[in-house]
Amino acid sequence: MPAPAERRIIFKHIDEEGYSNDIACYQKHGGYDVLQKAVTEKPEDIRDEVKKSGLRGRGGAGFSCGLKWSFVDRKSGKPIYLVVNADESEPGTFKDRYIIHQDPHQLIEGTMVSCFANDVKQAYIYIRGEFPEGARILERAIQEARDAGFVGKNICGTDYSCDIFVHRGAGAYICGEETGLIESLEGKRANPRIKPPYFPAVLGLYQCPTIVNNVETLCHVKHILEMGADEYLKIGTPNNTGTRIFCVSGQVQKPGYYEYACGEVTIGQLLNDVCGGPLEGRQFKAVIPGGSSAKILRFGETFTIKNKDGTEKTLAVEDIPLDFDSLAACGTMGGSGGVIVMDDSVNMVEALANINAFYSHESCGQCTPCREGSLWMKKISSRMVHGEARPEDGELMVSVANQIAGRTICAFGEACSWPTQSFVAKFGDEFKTYNEDKKSRAADSLELV
Amino acid sequence: MNLKPETLTRIDEVITHYPQKRSGTLPLLHLIQEDVGFVSDEAVEWIAEKLELQPINVFEVITFYPMFRRKPIGRHHIKVCRTLPCALAGGYKTCSKFESEFNTRRGEISPDGEVTIEFVECLASCGTAPVVLIDETLHENVGEARAQEISDQMKAEAAKRG
Amino acid sequence: MIQPAQTDLVTVFIDGKEIAVPKGTNVIEAARMVGTDVPHYCYHPKLTIAGNCRMCLIELGMPMADRATREPIMDPETGKQKINWIPRPQIACSTTVVPGMHVKTQSPMVKECREGVMEFLLINHPLDCPICDQAGECKLQEQATGYGRGYSRFIEQKNVKPKRTKLGPRVMLDDERCVLCSRCIRFCQEVAKDDVLGFVDRGSYSTLTCYPGKELENNYSLNTVDICPVGALTSTDFRFKMRVWFLKQTKSICPESSVGTNTVVWSREGAIYRITPRRNDEVNDTWMADSGRALYKEVQADNRLTPTSEFPTLIAAGASLLNDGSVAVVGSGRSSVEEQFLTAKLASKLAASTYLVGRSGAGDGLLISADRNPNTRGALLTGLITEPPANELTALAAAIDAGDVKVVLSIGEDLAAAGLSAEQLAKVEIVYLGSHANATSAAAKVTIPTLTVFEKSGSFINQQFRIQKFASAIPGLKGATDDRVVLDQLLTAVGGESAGSDLATVWRELAASAPILGDLTYAKIPAAGLLLDDSAWSQLTFPEGETLHYKPAPAEATA
Repeated sequence: MPAPAERRIIFKHIDEEGYSNDIACYQKHGGYDVLQKAVTEKPEDIRDEVKKSGLRGRGGAGFSCGLKWSFVDRKSGKPIYLVVNADESEPGTFKDRYIIHQDPHQLIEGTMVSCFANDVKQAYIYIRGEFPEGARILERAIQEARDAGFVGKNICGTDYSCDIFVHRGAGAYICGEETGLIESLEGKRANPRIKPPYFPAVLGLYQCPTIVNNVETLCHVKHILEMGADEYLKIGTPNNTGTRIFCVSGQVQKPGYYEYACGEVTIGQLLNDVCGGPLEGRQFKAVIPGGSSAKILRFGETFTIKNKDGTEKTLAVEDIPLDFDSLAACGTMGGSGGVIVMDDSVNMVEALANINAFYSHESCGQCTPCREGSLWMKKISSRMVHGEARPEDGELMVSVANQIAGRTICAFGEACSWPTQSFVAKFGDEFKTYNEDKKSRAADSLELV
Repeated sequence: MNLKPETLTRIDEVITHYPQKRSGTLPLLHLIQEDVGFVSDEAVEWIAEKLELQPINVFEVITFYPMFRRKPIGRHHIKVCRTLPCALAGGYKTCSKFESEFNTRRGEISPDGEVTIEFVECLASCGTAPVVLIDETLHENVGEARAQEISDQMKAEAAKRG
Repeated sequence: MIQPAQTDLVTVFIDGKEIAVPKGTNVIEAARMVGTDVPHYCYHPKLTIAGNCRMCLIELGMPMADRATREPIMDPETGKQKINWIPRPQIACSTTVVPGMHVKTQSPMVKECREGVMEFLLINHPLDCPICDQAGECKLQEQATGYGRGYSRFIEQKNVKPKRTKLGPRVMLDDERCVLCSRCIRFCQEVAKDDVLGFVDRGSYSTLTCYPGKELENNYSLNTVDICPVGALTSTDFRFKMRVWFLKQTKSICPESSVGTNTVVWSREGAIYRITPRRNDEVNDTWMADSGRALYKEVQADNRLTPTSEFPTLIAAGASLLNDGSVAVVGSGRSSVEEQFLTAKLASKLAASTYLVGRSGAGDGLLISADRNPNTRGALLTGLITEPPANELTALAAAIDAGDVKVVLSIGEDLAAAGLSAEQLAKVEIVYLGSHANATSAAAKVTIPTLTVFEKSGSFINQQFRIQKFASAIPGLKGATDDRVVLDQLLTAVGGESAGSDLATVWRELAASAPILGDLTYAKIPAAGLLLDDSAWSQLTFPEGETLHYKPAPAEATA
């Protein structure tokens, strides 16, 4: 069945002819109407609406936004902070970039509504250092919004005040982890905090209750209030509501961004119909559906999952609907929506070596398993590619990965182990025969590491 | 510290954004690096004093975040993404092209002083891979041919400057 | 002395063993209380929790109860309440006990976690054991043996980092050995309040460093060496001198000030190699000052006193001088309680006036108090003085000038340093008991060499009025005699009644003479010391300000 049409809600105006990122254009399209209405309502009602909508975080964890907001300690007497996680660094993900550069006011309005709903008086946008233009665009947009009374003192003429400051990062993937981000905002090395006791909702920024939300998530909040939770619930599938922006990259004809309702397209529809299929003369080999931390899927694999009524169904990779729960049932995750496609020209040992190099470089170094284990895995895969590979090296890497996942301070432990575990599990033969394969490869084969 | 007056004004302003001065560490490092080109040892101590910190607190931060450099670099900073989607699109070849065009290796200042080339991790534009960040401009779909064009352009501008 | 209120107790189960522990205890300490070792590196009872080594991972579970009715869910097979075990292991150091908590420390999962962490710590660790000072007291060695896999699977290149760098005047750093536990950084920030250490770079290349241009030179820098679980931070003074398993450990008290820091003196065959702190949660926690550690060097100092004649001759000569009349006795705040008791007895027999040399200076707010005498309060207890002494012996100087004093017996105190002029020294005949030569011993008629604190046993009473004992670590210098023996011999030589010189005998009279000691004997003094009733001296003003575990009494409101 061919793919349905895209459902452009968040990305409605991205790359649209004539749409500019200034406030005048935004308001011409109904911008800030939602905020003006929201500040007349009760914060708890807005929180209930968001919870009802089933909105799940779009940064990678897919955690219920409404539930996260409900954990905030509102009795401590300390100020509550909201931090926008604009540190988009998950390999394969590039949606927040477009929102920030081309539709920043959507983010600002979503942020302000979320701040109002949570009694926040001060918000920060933590934007990765590699988006210097994005930081400038956001600062300009925030000033426009301040001048128009949508940010800062007495918002929309009410006695609610809340300001936003932009804070630039400087090249650390671990700042995407919420407590690492908070440490970085406080001016320190971005070492994630142990939880318990440092749950951001209780002891976050400056040891005050803090909400950290992804850019896209906050944009969804605006749309939820605009259309109402009931309408939003109609989009997507139960427990996987709303639209997602899939960022397709790698070896397809038409890489790029595509917005669909959760579960509305399958992997096969997205890659074949929407993205035009594999490159000339090639076949799809593997796909990572949720950013490089997600477990890889091998074309040819099948999965048996249970339906709601207890019956079972068997899915090929192409049949998997792109929603959080279906992907989780197939042993991977929806993650950040970064879909990385590999075809039969790619050697999986080398692809994994590239990924292992990424994680070992980005490990903050705080806790033993991730610090030592990520570098060990990188050294093994590097030796396999550039030196002498042994047939048992794949299994050795898996054994190392198994000692990391579940034992670390933060989810980076899983992020750096899942690729190794899944690559070797699904392409184990390639790892066993790599040393021989290497010798018969073309001299100009693609260098990945 | 020889900083431009605008830089000092912005530094004083940005510190007011935070209830704790230490948060000003990253913003001040960015501002100083934009002004001077790198963060000197003198700057480390200047920032520490400005934010009422110990020098080690600032030093720890600089070495943690790869975007901060403690030494000057070439006139232009060429950052080539090496993470998987860009590598799959030929990012390593792109980097080699820049290196050969400017007769330099990664991490060095090229003989003509024009560039320093570096590999960086995912720049969040995987749909238009391979991508290269040159100073503050993102260049998309930079294969070997495009890398050649960009290098030629940069060298032409350098020649014009004389 | 107010006793702390009885803390609330919480019942937990460690490997099935039930134990009630005080509220607020973490799982590592709770396990220790049932005799179970939970291995760890970054945790330290006196520092904030870091939770980064991951060695203390254990399994945690809570009893299962129905969410709605709160009824316990029982296991039909065992008849006990079912336990909900958390699938992910948890770190024990940051987990505070909760009533009913269950902990597994020996399960297959926990064993795997420990083997994993050990393997990770060893892959980049240099093979330095044969040349590393930490060997024998190294947590990595101990825990690798106890919890490691026992073989290596690592065939890659190890990370290379700076080795044998001088971190400060007394501390050496080897970055390759460092396991990045951050204990040293936390210590410098939280206890020494000298924020100079930090980690640079990232990931597995993270390296401990001091800010370039600064040094780790504060007077507590060697505590980082004590708490470093591996051989990354080592003492420059102790470097390559001795293997720790050859050393004998003796409990002692640092004589540097009235804090009375508890110490361990490490010696072998009559030589001392180093001093380290001994944990006392009421006095010094697990810390001591660097300056106190260096004091053992005085044992072999060049100016150690040796006898000029046979011991009986010296006693006879000394006694004959003392019998001449008009004696002033200058006791010492560095003498033990027992020695001060014997001094007081001797002074009383001679009807001599008694003095003490004060050492009031600046305290550092931590473990060096403003009173540099370790035992001023012992002198109060034994009646040598009735109030805290001045640093200068002005009253004695005046008495000498007035001709009221003909003979001065000084117990280890240099009278010149205490303000007496050379002329005044020349006006009197001096009997000097002491361990090191000084202006007074040079001017003395009779000098009887005695022992340093490391060569004898006794007790001190610290600023808290806590009596703490120290034991002799090494035999005394040849020719020098224990102060108690000298004092008792002088006492009998001048016609007094012997009070004995061994501790048990001396204590019988000592305890009888001081009611606050009750039926205490030297042997009964606990290792952590004993607080005495100080009400008899509550009106006095002492020089000490606040230190780690001491707050001066608030000043009395003036009428």
